[in-house]
Amino acid sequence: MNSDSRFDIKKLLSNQLLIPFTALIILCLINLINDPSFFQITVGTNNAGNTVFSGSLITILDYGSELAILAIGMTLVTAASGGQDISVGATIAIAGSAMLRVLCGGNTRPDTLAAPIIVGFLVACIVGMLCGAFNGMLVAIFRIQPMIATLILFTAGRSIAAWINNNELPIVPDPKFAYFGGFIPGIPIPTTVFIALACIIVAALMLKFTNLGLYTQAVGINESSSRLNGINPTAIKFISFMILGLCVAVAALIKVSRLSTINYSVIAKDIEMDAILAVALGGNALSGGKFNMWASILGAYIIQFLTTTLYKFKVDSAALPAYKAVVVIILVVFSSPVVRQKLQQFSNKRAAATAKKEVA
Amino acid sequence: MEENRILEMRGIEKSFPGVRALRGVDFSLNKGEIHALMGENGAGKSTLIKVLTGVYSKDNGKISMPGAEDIQIHSPQDAQNAGISTVYQEITLCPNLTVAENMYIGRGKGVITNWKKMNEDANKILRSLDIPATATQQLASCSIAVQQMVAIARAVDMDCKVLILDEPTSSLDEQEVEKLFGLMRDLKSRGVGIIFVTHFLDQVYAVCDRITVLRDGTLVGEYAIADLPRVELVAKMLGKEMDDLADIKGESAGYQGDIVDDVVFEAEGLQSDAGIKPFNFYIKKGEVNGFTGLLGSGRSECVRAIFGADRILGGKVKMHGKEVKIAKPLDAMKNGIAYLPEDRKIDGIVGDLSVRDNIILALQVLTGFFKPFSKAKAQAFAEEYIKKLNIKTASADTPIKSLSGGNQQKVILARWLLMHPEYLILDEPTRGIDVGTKVDIQKLVLELAGEGMSVTFISSETDEMLRTCSRLVVMRDRKTVGELSGDDLSQNKIMETIAGGEG
Amino acid sequence: MGAEQKKSSIFTKVSDTNILLTITIVIFFAMYIGAILFQGGGFTKPQMFFNILNANAALIITSIGMSIVMISGGIDISVGGVVALVSMCCAVHLDMKGGSVFGSMLIALGIGLAFGLVQGFLVAYLDIQPFIVSLAGMFFARGMTTIVNTAPFNVANEEFKALMNTRIIIPGMGYTNRKGIYVDAYVEPGVIVAIVLVILLFVVLRWTKLGRGFYAVGGNRQSALMLGINVKRTRFLSHVICSTLAGIAGYVYFLHVGSGSASHAMGMEMNAIASSIIGGTMLSGGVGNLIGTLFGVLSLSTIQNIVSNAGLDQAWWTGITIASMLCIFLVIQSIVMTRRKRALKN
Repeated sequence: MNSDSRFDIKKLLSNQLLIPFTALIILCLINLINDPSFFQITVGTNNAGNTVFSGSLITILDYGSELAILAIGMTLVTAASGGQDISVGATIAIAGSAMLRVLCGGNTRPDTLAAPIIVGFLVACIVGMLCGAFNGMLVAIFRIQPMIATLILFTAGRSIAAWINNNELPIVPDPKFAYFGGFIPGIPIPTTVFIALACIIVAALMLKFTNLGLYTQAVGINESSSRLNGINPTAIKFISFMILGLCVAVAALIKVSRLSTINYSVIAKDIEMDAILAVALGGNALSGGKFNMWASILGAYIIQFLTTTLYKFKVDSAALPAYKAVVVIILVVFSSPVVRQKLQQFSNKRAAATAKKEVA
Repeated sequence: MEENRILEMRGIEKSFPGVRALRGVDFSLNKGEIHALMGENGAGKSTLIKVLTGVYSKDNGKISMPGAEDIQIHSPQDAQNAGISTVYQEITLCPNLTVAENMYIGRGKGVITNWKKMNEDANKILRSLDIPATATQQLASCSIAVQQMVAIARAVDMDCKVLILDEPTSSLDEQEVEKLFGLMRDLKSRGVGIIFVTHFLDQVYAVCDRITVLRDGTLVGEYAIADLPRVELVAKMLGKEMDDLADIKGESAGYQGDIVDDVVFEAEGLQSDAGIKPFNFYIKKGEVNGFTGLLGSGRSECVRAIFGADRILGGKVKMHGKEVKIAKPLDAMKNGIAYLPEDRKIDGIVGDLSVRDNIILALQVLTGFFKPFSKAKAQAFAEEYIKKLNIKTASADTPIKSLSGGNQQKVILARWLLMHPEYLILDEPTRGIDVGTKVDIQKLVLELAGEGMSVTFISSETDEMLRTCSRLVVMRDRKTVGELSGDDLSQNKIMETIAGGEG
Repeated sequence: MGAEQKKSSIFTKVSDTNILLTITIVIFFAMYIGAILFQGGGFTKPQMFFNILNANAALIITSIGMSIVMISGGIDISVGGVVALVSMCCAVHLDMKGGSVFGSMLIALGIGLAFGLVQGFLVAYLDIQPFIVSLAGMFFARGMTTIVNTAPFNVANEEFKALMNTRIIIPGMGYTNRKGIYVDAYVEPGVIVAIVLVILLFVVLRWTKLGRGFYAVGGNRQSALMLGINVKRTRFLSHVICSTLAGIAGYVYFLHVGSGSASHAMGMEMNAIASSIIGGTMLSGGVGNLIGTLFGVLSLSTIQNIVSNAGLDQAWWTGITIASMLCIFLVIQSIVMTRRKRALKN
């Protein structure tokens, strides 16, 4: 009997979704105590005159969605390469800037779109994938640690983005462009939620109908063995960075759409931290290998939950990273093998002690 | 403690998750003796040595040395301070440092490195031991054999009381081995106790005074060299009379089909970047052959070249007489070649994945990226082979890393059998696994051959190869030096061929 | 075939450290001489060189710390954040709390040391990836800077200003300006600190047990353990030294700019990593030389000067230049080392 219940607890503890759900519950409790109106959803009219839902939860869904999209790619990169891409914020700036350049045709204040939105988006996709390919090349072919390799674009990215538009800040004239990061008239739910849903469905289909999941995990766990089983680890790593590039392009569309313009030094600032945190919070090992995409996506929304909560506590946006850094450290400390082993030993000792007592 | 004792270990216990590696092992070493520590792979030799050198800490037991009852060794540093030095089979030096630094780093007191004195001292020792290296050379620029000797020079200079040589000869040629033996005798005369671990019986009888035999983590016994003839030593190591195993071959009659002469695979002048000389090789349908030679002779590199695991530099490869191109493992797999790699941990298992995923991996890759098996199908495959090979696992969902070595090996074997290969290469399939599984695998090999599969079998244990193979390719210094079959298949003949044609 | 063989022997004979160091020094001199020849002007005056030193004293100090961590096989990207945090804390201490200059120096050291102890512990004793630890460190430092004080401000403390405006005259290196007045060449106090630290740590790395331990641990952690080196302590100390140096660099930076701001030293970690790599420190550990790192910083700032002299003075060119330099050197390293490995194998 006793051992049975212990077994269940063990199983529960080993469940990957334990960490994100615990975090979610803690956050909900904090908000409930602080200010129950946090959970209120109101119906109002926004600037464009649409009837929309608003409230903290809607904000979380809205901003969490862009993070969830990035988390999809980041999970794959983490799993395959055992490292993270820290250039996502900077590449969002590049892709966004390229998109603006195409949509505005080089004018700062154009009257009409220079190209259809879809063309702008496709260009962003291509630019995003090029950035991904660049990172992927350094990691997969030149075997540079992912975080160092992506440090290059992390530094240069925003400069490149500014350079693409000659440091101008063009404004997209078409109000339809604002739909992607806002609301479509008649639909009260943020468009980003639907975009994220689409991305998640694509990811799910990809995992179901290809061997991407198996290959990526195999490469991340044991590269040498995967190679001997006919998998091409270089290609898999490369592909994972390309997929992240696509995710970046989608996130760039949302980010640029929110303002209809861009701010090179601020757009998607520190988002790499949130994306990495989402993966870690989902209980995925940052050293690569096995992954759970859904846990990462859930993690993304919880990170946004945390951010929104911190804002409610009047934390300055520039100070946010300090709090998140503490969360990261707590997470990695508890998932580090050394600490786990120590905890295991401790619990074993306690179990042994109680067993002894029972015998006595 | 007896007067002449320099080291005594009593009741040493050590467990790893799922394995009891050492069960109450005793070991003692006298001043000025060379003591062989023998046992099959997985017998506990390495664990015992790692306990003694502080790499692992023992769960139980006592280690004593003169003047220090029950000394605690928790790190290699502790071992060094106690006067215990080790030279491992794999080089444990830093390739980015100079030869002299590698000899002196991590020792002695003081904070400052005196380069001039260090280089002079190092050169003196290198010269006195006749080691072809200079003190200021970067270690990475020395050959493996020289690196090995630098490691020994380090130990010698440390004035150690106990010197452990863990398979130091596997990458040395004969002359170098002789030089090493000279060195060992020299140290012995200075009163150093030497623990010598090796796989080569000849070397044991050439240089050792006493033998301790371990099997399955327990002590079999301690013997003076004169009291233990070779055959008995082997029997003690295996834990059974030789006859038990001798007959496996008789049980299966071999492949009985018509086209026995069909050459399944043929290589001409095949060469890879792993440093082997171009070699020729062929295998017929239903044949079991093998590559033999010492560790480092190039036998693994040959089969890796066949499978396209290393970069291929040249040569022609034919399947059934038709020329094919094998540049990477996937090419080989498409041609029906399967390869069970030598190092299970590094090249074989995908640790965190389940037994099921590990089993289906090769076939899945072969089937294609866009055609994943359904869950039910994968499960069916896994269950079929778990049953067929008698794999002991809680379920198909268990991560492979939590299985025992023998069962892990069976999973990898299942992975390749699932592919239904025409030609199966097994590189050291029996290394580090229990005797029962070893026999299972040998039987399986013969069974598969009986069904018409061609198998290349490599093992460090010659008798295993003699039991299974009908033809042996002998290798020395990374090239093939002979081929044995029929009546030539005997331990002696193999030894002679490996040693180089005095027969 | 003959040429190929000769090349491989060069590849194998020279040690890893020397081969990369040589490349760096040659490139630096080639660049500087090229700048004198083609852009003339400022580059011919020694003061140009001293100005490079003045502007980069803090970077030199962070870079040598970075090199030490990288030599022992780690990385620390929190240094830029630490510099910003130090500058802000010192500024607040001096102006708002009315503290002394000496007190502010202690604060700088203390912050650096604290970051070193925590990060070092997490990396060495809990075996967490250094990149993740220092990424968190970087965000923590940047966030803390705004928590300490949101708005940037200049320090008005007199005692500090006196120190800040101290100039050390280099005799005989001055020049006569257009008005015919002889202008002395000078360096700031921070440069002296940087040079002293470079020499000190160069000696530590070359001649002390600890220094050689960094190389051994970076070369092969497992072997280093077997050779009797306390690997955990060595890695721990590498982080402590790096972060403490970042603290000192923070003060030197503060002394150079005289203000506290959350956006100070943005991307300095990147410049430090780039300088180390350009200076011949291997990302994979075990190889590197602080003199090389010094040249790495000089190369990096020289090329920045060249780029801005060439009329490309928009802010983004700096980022792009550094990133491309880093990229090129990373790829060179990767190729050189692969070739070496191959040359040694055969």
